[in-house]
Amino acid sequence: MESKDYLKDITEIKDLMNKSSRFISLSGLSGILAGIYALVGAYFAHGIIAKIKVIKNPLKQFFVSFDSVETLLLIAISVILISIITAFYLTRKKAKKQNEKIWNKTSKRLILNFLIPLLTGGIFSVILIAKGYFDLIASTLLIFYGLSCVNASKYTLGDIRYLGITNIILGLLSTQFVGYGLYFWAVGFGIMHIVYGTWMYFKYDLKK
Amino acid sequence: MSIISNINKAFDHRIRLGIMSILMVNEYADFNMLKELLGATDGNLASHTKALEKVEYIKVEKQFIGRKPNTRYSTTKLGREEFKKHISALEKLINKQ
Repeated sequence: MESKDYLKDITEIKDLMNKSSRFISLSGLSGILAGIYALVGAYFAHGIIAKIKVIKNPLKQFFVSFDSVETLLLIAISVILISIITAFYLTRKKAKKQNEKIWNKTSKRLILNFLIPLLTGGIFSVILIAKGYFDLIASTLLIFYGLSCVNASKYTLGDIRYLGITNIILGLLSTQFVGYGLYFWAVGFGIMHIVYGTWMYFKYDLKK
Repeated sequence: MSIISNINKAFDHRIRLGIMSILMVNEYADFNMLKELLGATDGNLASHTKALEKVEYIKVEKQFIGRKPNTRYSTTKLGREEFKKHISALEKLINKQ
């Protein structure tokens, strides 16, 4: 009879430790959707790049690819924006269900620690572009995104640590396959988000 | 019977156990954060923090953020040690069953 109470004590201690130090309302479903958006974006980007490759005249190819940069950037930014909006909306919904506020100490800490490596990687990529080192941009973003996930995993559901490690490995591998960055992105940002999102969805979202 | 002696009377309440659990994994927590997480009333929480302060398991810092008074709590070394002892005693009791 007594030991049952002690067990309840331990469960409550663990629950409070998690709830007070980690933001646990992160939605798995938003990961799945972000992965799908990334794949759709990669599909369109692939189409544009394939069209450029067909052009035989080198001068014309140069001008068309120059014009396409804007479209490609637009695709990338749309994917990121829609993903963030989806994550925010679904996480808010889950937080309401779990009686957690979406804007509290744990979520602020999570966002800050996620953004430190991510912004570093973003700035570093801009520097790479400015200096004309285009070859390693795809790898750089994958690696820094991976590091962001690893860093953020201490402040939310620990599983995104593995998403991070997978992306770091993909990023390092992609340095050996310059020109195939888009495929590595499709795997890292697309398929891996879907895989880990599904895993987290079944592990956390469905249970509660 | 040495196991039983490690069960600490100071932690023998849901709220007090809760306060310690939160402070073990956070550098510090303020009154409102504790209140929100534990679902306690002001008076109830205040009496339990006072009890833990009296045995020197937690430290209290009062300060002003702008014009608002803010009370924040953190664990002491003694408090952390006693809490760890208490947890391992609980675990031993459970495993015995």
